Amino acid sequence: MSGNGTGIGASVKRKEDARFLTGRGRYTDDINLPGQLYGYILRSGMAHAKIGAVHTDAARAAPGVHAVFTGKDMEGVGGIPTGWLIHSKDGSPMVEPGHPALAIDKVRYVGDCVAIVVAETAEQARSAANLIDVEREELQAVASIEAAEADGAPLVFDEAPGNVCYDWEVGDRAATDAAFDAADHVVSIDVVNNRLIPNAIEPRAAIANYDPATGDYTLYTTSQNPHLVRLLLGAFVLGLPEHKLRIVAPDVGGGFGSKIPHYAEEAILTWTAGQLGRPVKWTCERLDAFKSDTHGRDHISTAKLALDADGHFLGLHVTTKANLGAYLSTFATCVPTYLYGILFAGPYTTPAVYCEVKSFFTNTVPVDALRGAGRPEATYLLERLVDKAAVELGMDRVEIRRKNFIREFPYQTPVALQYDHGDYDATLDLALKAADWAGFEGRRAEAAARGKRRGIGISTFIEACGIAPSAVVGSLGARAGLYESGSVRVHPTGSVSVFTGTHSHGQGHETTFAQIVSDMLGVDFDAVDVVHGDSAKIPFGMGTYGSRSLAVGGTAIYLAVEKVIEKGKKIAAHLLEASAEDIEFENGSFTVAGTDRSKTLGEVALTAYVPHNYPEGLEPGLEETAFYDPLNFTFPAGTHIAEVEVDPETGEVELVAVTGADDVGRIINPMIVDGQLHGGLAHGIGQALLEECVYQDDGQLETGSYMNYTMPRAADLPSFNINHNTTLCTHNPLGAKGVGEVGSIGVPPAVINAVIDALRPLGVNDMSMPATSQRVWQAIQRANG
Amino acid sequence: MNDFTYHAPTSLDDALAALRGAEGGTLIAGGQSLLPIMKLNLAAPTDVVSLAGVAGLDGISDDGDSVTVGAMCTHAQVAGSATVQGRIPALAAMADGIGDAQVRNAGTIGGSLAHNDPAADYPAACVALGATIVTDRREIASDDYFQGMFMTALEDDEIITAVRFPVPARAAYAKFANPASKYAVAGVMVADGPAGVRVAVTGASGDGVFRMAAMEDALRGSFSAEAVAGIGVSSDGMLSDTAAGAEYRAHLVAVMAKRAVEACG
Repeated sequence: MSGNGTGIGASVKRKEDARFLTGRGRYTDDINLPGQLYGYILRSGMAHAKIGAVHTDAARAAPGVHAVFTGKDMEGVGGIPTGWLIHSKDGSPMVEPGHPALAIDKVRYVGDCVAIVVAETAEQARSAANLIDVEREELQAVASIEAAEADGAPLVFDEAPGNVCYDWEVGDRAATDAAFDAADHVVSIDVVNNRLIPNAIEPRAAIANYDPATGDYTLYTTSQNPHLVRLLLGAFVLGLPEHKLRIVAPDVGGGFGSKIPHYAEEAILTWTAGQLGRPVKWTCERLDAFKSDTHGRDHISTAKLALDADGHFLGLHVTTKANLGAYLSTFATCVPTYLYGILFAGPYTTPAVYCEVKSFFTNTVPVDALRGAGRPEATYLLERLVDKAAVELGMDRVEIRRKNFIREFPYQTPVALQYDHGDYDATLDLALKAADWAGFEGRRAEAAARGKRRGIGISTFIEACGIAPSAVVGSLGARAGLYESGSVRVHPTGSVSVFTGTHSHGQGHETTFAQIVSDMLGVDFDAVDVVHGDSAKIPFGMGTYGSRSLAVGGTAIYLAVEKVIEKGKKIAAHLLEASAEDIEFENGSFTVAGTDRSKTLGEVALTAYVPHNYPEGLEPGLEETAFYDPLNFTFPAGTHIAEVEVDPETGEVELVAVTGADDVGRIINPMIVDGQLHGGLAHGIGQALLEECVYQDDGQLETGSYMNYTMPRAADLPSFNINHNTTLCTHNPLGAKGVGEVGSIGVPPAVINAVIDALRPLGVNDMSMPATSQRVWQAIQRANG
Repeated sequence: MNDFTYHAPTSLDDALAALRGAEGGTLIAGGQSLLPIMKLNLAAPTDVVSLAGVAGLDGISDDGDSVTVGAMCTHAQVAGSATVQGRIPALAAMADGIGDAQVRNAGTIGGSLAHNDPAADYPAACVALGATIVTDRREIASDDYFQGMFMTALEDDEIITAVRFPVPARAAYAKFANPASKYAVAGVMVADGPAGVRVAVTGASGDGVFRMAAMEDALRGSFSAEAVAGIGVSSDGMLSDTAAGAEYRAHLVAVMAKRAVEACG
């Protein structure tokens, strides 16, 4: 790893940006196929209703309309599957109701798919959809966890009594109870993790085609994981074999988890294209995106921490209720369980941890992964609770954390995970210094002189990324492996194509992976292109989420490059009349050790494809594939510090400083890493201060547009103070950990802890997310009595 | 969006003729409110008559004791006008705080006033400054013009041509914006001008812009932040939404009024 101008460690400008910044990106909606028709999805305006007859005659007769299909038409087609089976405490499997792509007897949320209208133009399809008459009998909706668990609550599914999907636990309850029995102090907290709407800048879109000549289906779709969509859509919904179904996820404008799931629209479009024998295109409108893209978070939790007299953590008990929405989206069930409960050791040595999670069906949009997926919820709860413990015990907020840090690795937590390595003191010290924590009281006083209440908050956290290994997640209920694939094809003249099963929708893989390969092979950065997103081109892979692409996908590529080098050594040894064991490879040249006799990679590649003078028994060609199944999760860690100023008259919170000290493992491209950190921080700050999905009691989405759903804007954010202290992951050859979710995991509790710190002198000791001006003002009013 | 007939007249007479000749016609100025509701099919006019090419609706002039703003002036033009900045800086600052840059570069003062969104900023400026709404056929005092949410004194076929603002001795606008939409949750214009001391509030009431008589009385006695600081605002009739309930809104009106007085200097 030479670390040259374009190699590992260099802030190379992103290859993909030239096309994005000049408007030449090719997104799903940019794709048009000859003879295509346009589909419009009619969605339910009621949150919960029985469906009777659906009258489509008027719509079918409308100008330009080719077809209208309803749930009855698709009744024989498979339902939308879910990807993770959770078992309850008593060993019983979760309740797993069917999810018809088009609603059949019932609609279960505002936005549920009711019918598709296919017409010559998108406008004709949409206008005709207004003519569809759905006979409905409205039912009482359950639009929140509280409503779902109320006595006698209406049932979203008859087969799910109490609207419960599962009642899960992790950790040793008896040991945790014993820890509380022995505790000197017990600190309790109630927190809500606010529901969020992901809002990728590119709405979902799809265009499906069926070729009657070959029987092949092609679906272009906005997905983070085309092979996963192919597997679910082909095997579970439409009954199509893989070789007859091609999924292409071209340029995708942001996913944040909301483009992981296999969506009903993908099944409807593909099935419809098959029925009509013509391509059908659908592009989600923004208002429909609010009520049909999977939402994130939405937990209600209560937790308690047991401590000894010195402030050592003895035990943690967490009880959480999670909202899964109206149907089980692809990874909905694992987000509040195996991506949540196992995080509760955090960076601390708490010897006994127990977490129980009850998940509910409600008449709301299905909830699935959203940037961080379970880990932000866990981190928020833990870091709020630790802060509260410090206050109640009269301890310093930094010292209580430091006192409980894990320092010996590997560390087996009481909730399944084993941390391979980390240095939590280093990131804490770095952040404290960078944020001038010691000088804060002076800034507080200066702000007070201006009539502002200034506060500072901290969060020390770990993540678990690159979810793995397959055998372990399989034993926990995953219905897929979580390895990744990479292929490296050295062309005859020495340029390189890299094929990855991960998918880039903002992460910059085309650049980062090219840096790794060009560095390892000693070829020009510009001579390496990365291919992703097309199931007809790339090997089977699991896609991009959970900060896995570099640690898992990058490692697969790394291993494929190693195979290429090993084969190249055999070819070079033959050409140089030496033994392969004596060949060294460096800077693009195969050299006989201790001599100046060498062959370039280009010479070796050409020989591989024109094997006139070639080792006996060796296959021609220079192309290798590796599948990498990670040995463990990776554990990025860090400290985030936020500083706020509150206007006590209006309740407005101004975020004046954010400092991060992060350990994300090996950094391939520092510019891209900082960009990921910035984006994640903006996302986390959005959750802490601005974003809140609100449903009315009848299941209508109150925050259904940008008129009242507040996305973070540049003006809402300070200039971020980002610092790095890198330790390497011990179990992948790159030493990579992951960075995409850091900000959204680490910063929300730091921001809220800062708001509470600012308001504590006014008697405010609690604050919910988002800390909107109204919420802050109301808290101040309550404290004033 | 439904199909409609688009008209691009170049004179007021032609615009009026097109509007009167349409079954369900509407005028379009900057389109910042009309186009979104048309896209949602909440409005489906048969005819859309653009004022963009109509002569005589642009320009900003200094008339000595007043400033006249053409109806088709964009918010950005008002905000950037040396005349407005020099004579009524509070009006320029208010215009500079409307929506976002795209809205300010397309939206117009005439369009905003004709629409009379209860959370728009201009109504507070007009009422506080005692502006006169000039139309193709008459002049309407602000006090008579605003008649409740989305309701004005305009006749169906009446076109605003200009707005005349008397130059005040002092004035300032303080707005608490909705964090998502940036519309006013509580916007208060305080002015001390030819129309007397006025405190006009937008964004807060379901009835649109209103005046705070108690504050005006107090300011006539002593034009100071202290004079209005203790005056409570009732939450009766206040709007209530996700960002601000009625009680919080009423509180914000009081705070914004105080801050506007402070900003008057």
